[in-house]
Amino acid sequence: MGMTATTETRAHSAVKDKGLGFGGPRPNGNGGRRGPNGGDDSGGTGYEGAQFRIGAWVLVAAVLMFFVAFTSAYMFRASMSDFVVLKLPRLLWLSTTLILVSSVTFEVARRAQRRGDDAIYRLWLAVSLALGCGFLVSQLLAWRQLVAQGVYFPTNPFSSFFYLLTGLHGIHLLGGILGLVYLLWRALRDARELRELRESATKKRRALTDAVGLYWHFMDGLWVYLFALLLFWR
Amino acid sequence: MSEAVPVPEAHADVEHHAAHHHGPPTSFIRKYIFSIDHKVIGIQYLLLALFSVFVGLIMSVLMRMNLTWPDHKWPLLGSLFKVGAPGGQMSPEFYLSLVTMHGTIMVFFVLTTAPQGGFGNYFLPIQIGAEDMAFPVLNMLSFWITFVGLVVLVSAIFVEGSAAFSVSINPNSAIAKWVAKYLEGGGSGTVGPIGGWTGYPTLSALGKIAGPGQGAGVTLWITSIAIFCVASLLGALNFITTLLNMRTRGMALMRMPLTCWSWFTTAILALLSFPVLLAGGILLLLDRHAGTSFFIPGGLVVSDKLLTSHAGGSPILWQHLFWFFGHPEVYIAILPGMGATSHILSTFARKPIFGYRAMVFAMFAIGLLGFFVWGHHMFISGMSPYSGMAFSVLTLSIGVPSAIKTFNWLGTLWGARIRFTVPMLFAIGFVSLFVAGGITGLVLGQTSLDLSMHDTYFVLGHFHLVMGVAAIFGMFAGMYFWFPKMFGRMMNQTLGYIHFWPTFIGVYAIFIPMHVMGLVGMPRRYASFAEYQFLTKTHPLVMLVTIAAIITAFTQLIFLFNFFWSIFKGPKASDNPWEATTLEWTTTTPPPHDNFGGKLPTVYRGAYEFAVPDAPDDYVMQTTPDATEANVAADGDGHTGQGSTGNGHDGHH
Repeated sequence: MGMTATTETRAHSAVKDKGLGFGGPRPNGNGGRRGPNGGDDSGGTGYEGAQFRIGAWVLVAAVLMFFVAFTSAYMFRASMSDFVVLKLPRLLWLSTTLILVSSVTFEVARRAQRRGDDAIYRLWLAVSLALGCGFLVSQLLAWRQLVAQGVYFPTNPFSSFFYLLTGLHGIHLLGGILGLVYLLWRALRDARELRELRESATKKRRALTDAVGLYWHFMDGLWVYLFALLLFWR
Repeated sequence: MSEAVPVPEAHADVEHHAAHHHGPPTSFIRKYIFSIDHKVIGIQYLLLALFSVFVGLIMSVLMRMNLTWPDHKWPLLGSLFKVGAPGGQMSPEFYLSLVTMHGTIMVFFVLTTAPQGGFGNYFLPIQIGAEDMAFPVLNMLSFWITFVGLVVLVSAIFVEGSAAFSVSINPNSAIAKWVAKYLEGGGSGTVGPIGGWTGYPTLSALGKIAGPGQGAGVTLWITSIAIFCVASLLGALNFITTLLNMRTRGMALMRMPLTCWSWFTTAILALLSFPVLLAGGILLLLDRHAGTSFFIPGGLVVSDKLLTSHAGGSPILWQHLFWFFGHPEVYIAILPGMGATSHILSTFARKPIFGYRAMVFAMFAIGLLGFFVWGHHMFISGMSPYSGMAFSVLTLSIGVPSAIKTFNWLGTLWGARIRFTVPMLFAIGFVSLFVAGGITGLVLGQTSLDLSMHDTYFVLGHFHLVMGVAAIFGMFAGMYFWFPKMFGRMMNQTLGYIHFWPTFIGVYAIFIPMHVMGLVGMPRRYASFAEYQFLTKTHPLVMLVTIAAIITAFTQLIFLFNFFWSIFKGPKASDNPWEATTLEWTTTTPPPHDNFGGKLPTVYRGAYEFAVPDAPDDYVMQTTPDATEANVAADGDGHTGQGSTGNGHDGHH
């Protein structure tokens, strides 16, 4: 999950440079936004874009804690005597497949962008977006199946947690979908205006893609985790 | 195509501009209201906290007055709060809602907001040599979301007080119906929510049926906290990214001022703890409005009625979620104060901070341990004695890094030619209060002692000293210290001293007697003690505390006057009035829009190079190149092992 993004972050961020024990002035990880490592202060135009990658990691940490809290609440509640487990709709397996595939297609898109193959990038970005929307639709249909069986939000603790966890994951995934839409919009704009991007702008584009990609893969992994929790923790 | 070269350049510039290089805005709204300049946002946070702290302060004085003169009628109060204080005499519910609002406003909108959102926002980018935060627009959003949270919280007083929630829009419209449903058809005839800042279920999870003060006000109270969580998370994300990514050339991590370390640690704590509170708040709202049973057990009899709509939940679950956030929150409040204190002590002791590295690690140790001690708030919740023991040992172990910090502060002061300026006095006051309040933490952290002291005034005295007043002293120190940089003028020294001494003596006179009351057995959150025979002998103490509280509260008006008067009339400040070393003192006073006038500084040394032998002054700025070191740098990286990593230089004396 997001392995390539990890390497990128390491390479560009300040984390690698602990700044321990060196003498003369050197840029810290990257000397702010003034040019690439070691660049001068006289107004370089380099653009690191590392803040998007770092920001995405920090965001992932926060969302992770959010779901860790719900997980502990779930485990706590599941240990009470009135906890009954429901059979989950089979449609969730379709959702899982869709989102797993979307991660793969996103990775295809991201690599195409690295190579500079923008047409392929746009295509697979669109496919990922479609798969993400398909996931949400599939989740909604699963909800409707449960509702048709008379299982509502307050019916029992398990159903409360089921709707809560799937719903909150859906809301967070919606953020990822907005990210994909933004990437696609930028890619289409660049294509329409036939931009010759300088290195700095390319770096920023890649950083944005990495950031959205990290979040998207995280949403994927999060869903697999939540699904496993609902299936097996009983 | 001969034009091919300039075209992409122009495009790249567009990218560049869109991303960061925002010029100074000209319109009033973009400059002062919806500004994305971290300095303006920092001042906005400070003003929000200043407003909040006075609201919270007035509430605490009202509470003291009710405890001391329970039968007295206050006509002004009666005309302001017809429901809560009929005829000018407080109802017990009104007292409890003051407890709730005082706690919530102080913890969230003062202690979390001012040190981090205020000073951190203003000075973190400048101290690391950046032009702004990493995500300026997000920064603006953080502030305005916090603002909305405060508005929602304050409105909780008013909806709860009215017999029926009435909005000025058409009551039959869909929105009005939804709002009315969300607020459960209005308040329940008291003023404000009464659940305390901890909002324990089951009462807080049941809604209006749980009695007065548990209706619409509690709904808005939870909503406000959820909004605040989101704002804090966005802020924390920004702080962490800025610090990791935007340090200027030469600003290695171990050269950063300790203030930056404290804001960084605080941001990490906020990032990992606020999501948990948000999760708990969502579960609580669902219990109130969606009919779930996360926190509500079965078989409850409320107002002589058996509740059949809920079953199986556990109120203890809320306590776990709340305190998993709540304990790190204590350090969110105090850590920036520790950073500011270290910074200011070193500056006015004219000595390098003693044990820079130990200070950094101690801060992280406190932050880390803070995540594993939440159970000490729940010793009497019926937890297993083994868990209690584990929580107790972990709690007491926080004493170690705290002691490291304290001794390092004392080591910094040791043998120094101290300049007793106003910020220095408040910083020393911080150390004093931190020790006085922290030491009773070692008492309360033991299960056996806590069993009898839980929820007494002993706890009240403890946490007010260590997390409340100490943190406030950190803010005062920071305000007097950085005021010249922020507003370009000095604050009045004499008024500062007149502010300091009554405040310093006053807070001890308020909170030390509370320990005694707690040992006698006075419980927290009681509106009146008239019925309790065993507490009558504490009445002189109660009176003393109240008088001290009133005097201390009035003393704060001196600060308020000094603050606003000095903004306009204070003597002009130079760029570096305190002869300090860090980057904010290298730029003009007040700093220009991009902080350093287009040329980012280069850092050559640590943050606390005071008392340097052979230096022309007794201090060396972080931006001053050392002749030999500059040569080393020019030669390349050959001598990376030696030279100044900067801070401490514990040998300089």
